[in-house]
Amino acid sequence: MKAAIEVKEYPSEPLKCWEKAKNLRKDYYDDYLHAHEKGGLRWAGGAWSFSAIPAGLGEDVYCITGEPYGATVAFFKDFASKCHDATEAAGFPRTLCAYMRNYWGSILLDKYILTEGTVVDGYPAPDFIWQDHICCSHGKWYQLVKWLEKKRGKEVPMYSVDVSVGYPSDFSSEEDYKVSYIVEQLNDGINWLEKVTGRKYNDSLLCDAVWNEIKATSLWAEVCALNQAIPAPLDEKSMYSLYVMGTLMKHRPECVAFYETLRNEVKDRVERGVAAVSTERFRVITDTQPPWGFLKIFREMEKYGAVSVGSLYTFGLIGMWQYQPDGTWTPKLMPPRKPQTRDEALQAIVRWTMHKPEWAHFYEPELKTKMMESIVKQWKVNAVLLHYNRGCEGLSLHIAENRFGLIQAGIPVFPFEGNMGDERDFDLAGTMARLSAFFESMGLKKLRE
Amino acid sequence: MAEMMTAGVDVGAKFAKVVILKDGQMLARAKALVGFDVLKSASDVFETAVKDAGLSRGDIQRVVATGMGRNAVLQKPPINADESVSEVVADAAGAYQVVPTVKTVIDVGAEEGRGIKVEGGKVRDFVINERCAAGAGTFVEAMARALEVKVEDMGPLSLKSANTIPMNAQCCVFAESEVVSLIHSKISKEDIAKAIHDAIAGRISSMVLRVGVEKDVVLIGGCALNPGFLAPLEKELHTSIIVPEFPEFVSALGAAVIAANPAR
Repeated sequence: MKAAIEVKEYPSEPLKCWEKAKNLRKDYYDDYLHAHEKGGLRWAGGAWSFSAIPAGLGEDVYCITGEPYGATVAFFKDFASKCHDATEAAGFPRTLCAYMRNYWGSILLDKYILTEGTVVDGYPAPDFIWQDHICCSHGKWYQLVKWLEKKRGKEVPMYSVDVSVGYPSDFSSEEDYKVSYIVEQLNDGINWLEKVTGRKYNDSLLCDAVWNEIKATSLWAEVCALNQAIPAPLDEKSMYSLYVMGTLMKHRPECVAFYETLRNEVKDRVERGVAAVSTERFRVITDTQPPWGFLKIFREMEKYGAVSVGSLYTFGLIGMWQYQPDGTWTPKLMPPRKPQTRDEALQAIVRWTMHKPEWAHFYEPELKTKMMESIVKQWKVNAVLLHYNRGCEGLSLHIAENRFGLIQAGIPVFPFEGNMGDERDFDLAGTMARLSAFFESMGLKKLRE
Repeated sequence: MAEMMTAGVDVGAKFAKVVILKDGQMLARAKALVGFDVLKSASDVFETAVKDAGLSRGDIQRVVATGMGRNAVLQKPPINADESVSEVVADAAGAYQVVPTVKTVIDVGAEEGRGIKVEGGKVRDFVINERCAAGAGTFVEAMARALEVKVEDMGPLSLKSANTIPMNAQCCVFAESEVVSLIHSKISKEDIAKAIHDAIAGRISSMVLRVGVEKDVVLIGGCALNPGFLAPLEKELHTSIIVPEFPEFVSALGAAVIAANPAR
């Protein structure tokens, strides 16, 4: 566009805790890699696994969570491409979960990637697998990891907790029999952990880890709630680098400390009117994981003065929320006190986790649509960008129905096809062109090329 | 009051189209194939249209470009387009200009199909086919080659058939294999031509249904000239469809209309 368009500009500045976030994530991957050198244990499992439970084995127990690792691989497209080639050569179809294929590919190549993109030889096998099971891929993912490791000569014991107990349709309290079903599995799991590691379980460490997880996931929701401010203090592209801590180490004190620092900084930005995008004039939210290799679409949005202030995915993958009697959606209130015993800790973490917003739409699309509508209203959002993510069967489930629900509520929606972890499923030029058409149809003009 | 002279330039995947407007009335139009040098191809068409209108570039106050090659002519001589707009926005404006009662626009060009919900010439919602030419004009061309039939004969040929033969391939390349299989199965060219058009209509209709179909429905783009495509599309959508005169120029017309209303 030729003519320069005058828009109000807000002050903007980089996040002060950005380097801290980068270092925390770097240390996490390094710690897992070097755990054995320090006499520690390594375990693998999903980002949603009950990570506070293995924490009772000691302070030298390090994990690698599968989805964030798959996303890290996806960000480095050359390595991701090699991982895809390896999994397809091993006979797996490209329609499977893209994170899972990235993860398997890394094992098949016997290479491990660090956060800054360094690829090291020798994929570090876990000592045990501790997983949860909610979507079709979650349990199978690690059955295959176990199988792949066995082919490499290592027997990796695996335990998976079934959490497919449904979600209360009216967002009411969790039902006791569902809680017991999961708590009993965790109790059995603790006995299993003692048996496979030969270590004595420490309930005090468990209570600390559970309390950390509750605090961390509550704090992250607080951070997201602060983004209701105009201008938004955070843009979603940056939030991706921040929420990730909750997917890696939600049970650890470092995570709690980081989110406290972040919350304070974001609060300060709101008070001073500091914007993530200085030309903010149009607010959107997205949905599901982004196409990680193509985060430049967020920079393209900024050329129109559009900022993504988050998504149900960024808010609710880790953050915990609840509906208030007046219908507002707010960070979930923490339990009144820290658990003191194993049973209290297990009860507390199960009751807390059962309200995870991102579990809801595995069961009913209307629940997700309702939460998205709440976000649109409370975060003053102008439009929703829906990523029809071919790489994640679980989080894309019902997404077309969410689109209908949002449109019926009068909310403009822009759907685009892609894949969080396989660049072959994403058409960057086409998506950019359609995005431009969408913004134009919303009456926006490009502020700069 | 001074006369307002504007131009719309639609640089599409296959053809560049230009419309010159004077106070909302079409003075001239021209189209030609887009070659490797997009700017030169578009400029040649532009000069033809300007000449046909009996004007020079200096007589035209504003030029708006659209189409996938629109940026090639933006602020670049000799066209020097003042602004570019997406095909979706241009389609809506153009269709509203020719059919003011339009609510749904279906634009099927060489490589893209679009469905647009329109209200008063403005876009309410839209959908575009993703990464597949099997619902666009290029598909008909490829299949015409396989059948050894001129592309302009494909539509009339298909209308001679009353048979329904399913074509299931969702990809232009694999669909060609399917056509070759049908040829080897001694299926008549008429039946195969109808199967091809039915398949395109099926893909376009399922895409358009995502935004919803509301009358009046207007079909534009090069494929609107193909009667073999219109009939199955009306059947699939259970509605009559209006094909305006010069449907392939509607997007360029929309750009010219937008050029005349810079403060829209």
